[in-house]
Amino acid sequence: MRTQVLIIGGGATGTGLVRDLALRGVDCILVDTRDLNAGASGANHGLLHSGGRYAKSDPHSAQECKEEGDILKKLAPHVIEDTGGFFLAVEGDDEKYIADFEGLCRNATIDVAKVDPKDAMEMEPAISRKTIACYSVPDANIDPFRLGLDNVSQAVSLGSRFMRRTRLAGFDMENGTITAARMVNMRTGEEFKIVADQYVNAGGAWAGEVAAMAGAEIGMLYAKGTLLITHDRLTKRVINRLRPPGDGDILVPGGTVSILGTTSVRVDSLDNIQPTIAEVDVNVEQGMPMVPELATTRYIRAYAGVRPLLTGTADSDRNASRGVALMGHEREGLKNFISITGGKLTTYRLMAEMAGDLVCERLGVSASCLTRTEPLPAADPWMWSDPGHAARGWLEKHDQGDVLLCECEMVPKSGVDRMLGTFDMSKDKPGLKALGRRSRVGKGSCQGTFCSLRLTSYLYDKDYLHGDEGVRNLREFLEERWKGQRTILWGMAESQAELQEAFYCGLMGIELGR
Amino acid sequence: MKRIDCDLMVVGTGIAGIAASAFASARGYSVVQTGMATSLMFAAGCFDLLGVHPVEDGTVVEDPFAALAELRKDQPRHPYAKLDDDEIRSAFGEFLDFCGESGLEYHVREGRNMQFPTPLGTLKTTYCVPRTMIAGVRAVEEKLPCALIDMQGLKGHSAQQIASILGDKLNVVASGSIVFPEMEDNAEVYPVQMGMALENPRVRGIFAERIRAVMGDAKVVGVPAMLGQYLTKDVMDDLDRRLGVEFFEVPTMPPGIPGQRLKEAFVGALRLRGVNHMLQKRVLCVERTAEGFRFEVGADWPQFEVFAKGAVLASGRFLGKGLQADRTGVREAVFDLPVTQPEKRNDWHEKSFLDARGHAMNSMGVETDESFRPLGADGAVVSENLFAVGSILAHQDWMRQKCGSGLGISTAYKAVKALKI
Repeated sequence: MRTQVLIIGGGATGTGLVRDLALRGVDCILVDTRDLNAGASGANHGLLHSGGRYAKSDPHSAQECKEEGDILKKLAPHVIEDTGGFFLAVEGDDEKYIADFEGLCRNATIDVAKVDPKDAMEMEPAISRKTIACYSVPDANIDPFRLGLDNVSQAVSLGSRFMRRTRLAGFDMENGTITAARMVNMRTGEEFKIVADQYVNAGGAWAGEVAAMAGAEIGMLYAKGTLLITHDRLTKRVINRLRPPGDGDILVPGGTVSILGTTSVRVDSLDNIQPTIAEVDVNVEQGMPMVPELATTRYIRAYAGVRPLLTGTADSDRNASRGVALMGHEREGLKNFISITGGKLTTYRLMAEMAGDLVCERLGVSASCLTRTEPLPAADPWMWSDPGHAARGWLEKHDQGDVLLCECEMVPKSGVDRMLGTFDMSKDKPGLKALGRRSRVGKGSCQGTFCSLRLTSYLYDKDYLHGDEGVRNLREFLEERWKGQRTILWGMAESQAELQEAFYCGLMGIELGR
Repeated sequence: MKRIDCDLMVVGTGIAGIAASAFASARGYSVVQTGMATSLMFAAGCFDLLGVHPVEDGTVVEDPFAALAELRKDQPRHPYAKLDDDEIRSAFGEFLDFCGESGLEYHVREGRNMQFPTPLGTLKTTYCVPRTMIAGVRAVEEKLPCALIDMQGLKGHSAQQIASILGDKLNVVASGSIVFPEMEDNAEVYPVQMGMALENPRVRGIFAERIRAVMGDAKVVGVPAMLGQYLTKDVMDDLDRRLGVEFFEVPTMPPGIPGQRLKEAFVGALRLRGVNHMLQKRVLCVERTAEGFRFEVGADWPQFEVFAKGAVLASGRFLGKGLQADRTGVREAVFDLPVTQPEKRNDWHEKSFLDARGHAMNSMGVETDESFRPLGADGAVVSENLFAVGSILAHQDWMRQKCGSGLGISTAYKAVKALKI
């Protein structure tokens, strides 16, 4: 295969870059070993930072967040819920930190306003009665799945290609020039090559591994973060704890749920990143003083991601620069390899712009970046990824004959059909996990108990599954859901898990006969 | 609060609670029974005895009594280790008689398990099969030419899927979909709705002709569990006669008709025996009295005050609300009995959902003596006339061992026989 630019990594940066370049008329192939947003880009709170969190530790990043947030709110409003945010302190929190906050935000040009604690409690009844200080900031929620999918969709419509489950095995090199990337199709095991003029490493946490294949070195640290999803939405706004960054200090609402985070634990390996019970408990216990209901509310899922951090930038992982690192690797004598890493979801567009500028300079393309001014088009098949969105649309209007396959999150047959349609073009065969990553399927209160068998049956009827593929697919899907459930199984969630096991194991014996 | 006096209070309306009421009412005890009586609890309508042992090897059991002997050796603390074969046989015998009295026809191969197809396309191993599923067992055992047919608009049930996955275990000669008569315009159809409609001979006639058009040369025809709600036997006999085949049902996703049928038949039969059912209600509080127990029962607030000489706790696990878990531990919800459990939440569940060993959480439960009297924190029997039966018992994993009904029926049997009233 031949292309101008091969982009390795389908996270926020890679998907942002493929759109950025496609808009400049550059042909790209975007590959990912797993799928879109399979790493940290799909395992964060979906916070569009106002910058308030970085106002003290990293004013430069804070200002970047503020500027990028403004751009995205204007150009991609359909993936953003402009909730606003509070920073609040409760009795016992550090007075000095509280006193400095407003001024630091102003220095970073963040639109901050003091809110009387009484008013704050009225505006957000779930927050602690012991709130002693509160500031409003322009935090918002962004749907990282839909963002990535919409970016890729526009790039594909302009002629670029996305290949999921396509792993980079290595580079063919000649005198510091990469002549081809050796790829493996993870589904079939087939090996093939992609030849490009420029190769961009947007590997996120895996960027160090990708760079090593080209003989370059990126010193990376991995900080694992665990987050929890509540069954119901607890607040209207993003609620941040007004204290130095720590565990359980943020609650981000999105659609019908809220997301509590985040722990930070150094890990050495990227294999098997899963939330632990200790991390879940720390988040709950630390979150309780801020929003007391977190002690008793029902959780439906916990998940973990890895923040890729560059070495030697700070004294602690939390204070490590979340700034952008763009590397041309000229010092290592590489001529057509670029790495773009660091940063955060809020600044993904800027990262793509910076990488895109360097790619274009090397390609001799003079077109300038358009993502700063061009609105992000909403691609229809991805409307099912936003919690609550489907419900609104569905109740208003749906075609007769179109039934819901996932009732918790209201994903209908027509939605599944449109998602399947996007795979047909590339002759890719999606499983339940791929559909889950592109919609809310399996993410509601039943955590896949009902919808996964319904989807499986539907895929057989549509001739997408054959033989015992459906049983294997279901096992994988249920295991994937389980990773998120295992650490939060108390109260209602345990009853739900028992129903799931009674149905799939007790009645159907899905665990047998392997 | 209205006062009611009885010999026995049965807490729970799953299979264990129903069995306890049936056994107790047959022995002349006056019984009050409370619980949510949801059809979810009877999923497929079959009764398992022991389907898998050892669980970690996933060995499917053909001869459940031989496997029971192994189980008693391998897991001496398993509730089945407190029961001998004769007690289990008597319990099933008496319970199946009760099913007959309730209008439910069951088939048993003495000392041998049976298998029938599930909607996933796996085979379910069980001990007692309702009339509606017995032809499915024969389709597997005798490789009879079989047609699998689903209903357009019934979600989670694909004949194509079952045929595709069970291709080597069934002799599938035809598979396909039909549109259910007079629901042509419905995007979605439901088993209960279709089951009721099939009790109308005119609808049944059209249904039969649509089946005929796709069944090919099949001798047995599998359809989703929907062959009548109350007149199942008439519906099946008539369909078999019209088409010259034997129909069988494949269970549907919960809540399904087989569970609904059981629930209504059992509750009806127990009511005729004078059992006082307080359904959709639960025990709100309980205290010991000189003669036994005093319960307050209601939906949200106390409506009844029940004085009982004895009690059977058949409240199930987490789904049945017999056990409750919070972040720090598991407790028994009605009597606050001690629950055997691992010290840390980290040990409740394995990292893989389908881990071959099963999850420790599923073996947590209430400890009892040999007659299923719960033990208190001091290790002594709490009361001569308090029993815990069914899935709330410790040291069993009914979901993996496929022994839920058998455990409920046989522990209830032994408990009721041990009553001293």
